[in-house]
Amino acid sequence: MANTHRITVTVNGVRSTHEVEPRLLLVYFLRDVLGLTGTHVGCDTTQCGACTVHLNGKAVKSCTILAVQADGQEITTIEGLAQGDRLHPVQEGFRLKHGLQCGYCTPGMIMSAAALLAENPRPTEAEIRRAIDGNLCRCTGYYNIVAAIQWAAEQLPARTEVRS
Amino acid sequence: MIPASFEYHAPTSLEEAIALLRQYDGEAKVLAGGHSLLPMLKLRLLQPAALVDLRRIPGLTYLQPGADGLTIGALTTYADIERATALAPQYRVLTEAVALVADVQVRNRGTLCGSLAHADPAGDPPAVAFALDATFRVQGPAGQREIGVDEWFVDTLQTALAPDEVLTAVHFPAPPPRSGSAYRKFEQPASHYALVGIAALVTLAEDGTVARCRMGVTGVGPVAYRARAVEAALQGRRPDAAALREAAALVTEGVEVLGDLYASPPYRRHLAQVYAQRALAAAVARAAGQPEPPEP
Repeated sequence: MANTHRITVTVNGVRSTHEVEPRLLLVYFLRDVLGLTGTHVGCDTTQCGACTVHLNGKAVKSCTILAVQADGQEITTIEGLAQGDRLHPVQEGFRLKHGLQCGYCTPGMIMSAAALLAENPRPTEAEIRRAIDGNLCRCTGYYNIVAAIQWAAEQLPARTEVRS
Repeated sequence: MIPASFEYHAPTSLEEAIALLRQYDGEAKVLAGGHSLLPMLKLRLLQPAALVDLRRIPGLTYLQPGADGLTIGALTTYADIERATALAPQYRVLTEAVALVADVQVRNRGTLCGSLAHADPAGDPPAVAFALDATFRVQGPAGQREIGVDEWFVDTLQTALAPDEVLTAVHFPAPPPRSGSAYRKFEQPASHYALVGIAALVTLAEDGTVARCRMGVTGVGPVAYRARAVEAALQGRRPDAAALREAAALVTEGVEVLGDLYASPPYRRHLAQVYAQRALAAAVARAAGQPEPPEP
């Protein structure tokens, strides 16, 4: 392939360099090139949020970013949230509070929630619902998702930033 | 969905970017946050030969409030504007609209200038540009020029920007004293696009009558527009409920109201009238320093 660009990205703390086509979307780079299939492709039209990852600590939709745009930047995916066997509080909250049914939206939902708590460790229910406005769940009605995020917030020290 | 193949350039200066745009002779598109452009590439509604990414060009991410107004750079995201809480009182219509754009993830990447250059007929920023009487600062091969909001929006997804020009910043003049502004939107809940979005700015005279009104409308017609009939109807009048209702009724006058899956033309016209009235009522209350009317 003649039309490729060399990019260097740090994904879940691991830095690597790849030759990619400009039209390769970040979500397919993560899934197909790096094999990180925890990030899902849902609507593929910037609406459902299943592909949400953190780019330099901020929640973004990886179906609407080119891999070449991520050159030189830091990405965290769902695979990078737990520390060894210790789940991230949001992951633990989803488990305890039944925040998922089919699980398709879950990685994106958790990434959005983790980004919220990193910025605002004591969100109100309205703030939680606003933070997951860009994540669609077709199973749960959101009730248990909100409860899971509230549970996670309660586990966090009020003023300490969560690793994201 | 996978975009058609294109060349990619990430120049480090505006001059270099403009030279690339010239070189591709209308076949290249400028990339900022990409949240209007990439969805179009994925749907293959657009198949440019090249993208010219602005991200490596220094000095394009800024919010510059000053005595003469507020200037916002090409790479400033909605999230950057949302976090600039000091802006809130004077540019309320902007901060209200930005907070209603799409969702958190989109606001983290999408840029105000990108949306203004894209000119989606249902995007929120174009309505705000009319209400705040925006000036568009563009740079091209012949240097810089400024384009007023009344010339900027040409048609659906079309602006006065030439293919070899870059929108470098948008400038909003400071609203005069005794001004108030508001954005009211009825959105499609999945896409968050405006079925109707109304941006209003009202400036009161010392005697409490309307000295000046500006209203921008999005989501209603093939291109965002200024509701001049509403503005004229309020000019010099006392902005009581009856006056606002009469003026708001004119919001789609002379406009081809669109119908789609979500809203027929008569329903959209009705929504526009209701939301125009609400935006005006909030703007007037803010201009007068009075409590805002409760939202129904």
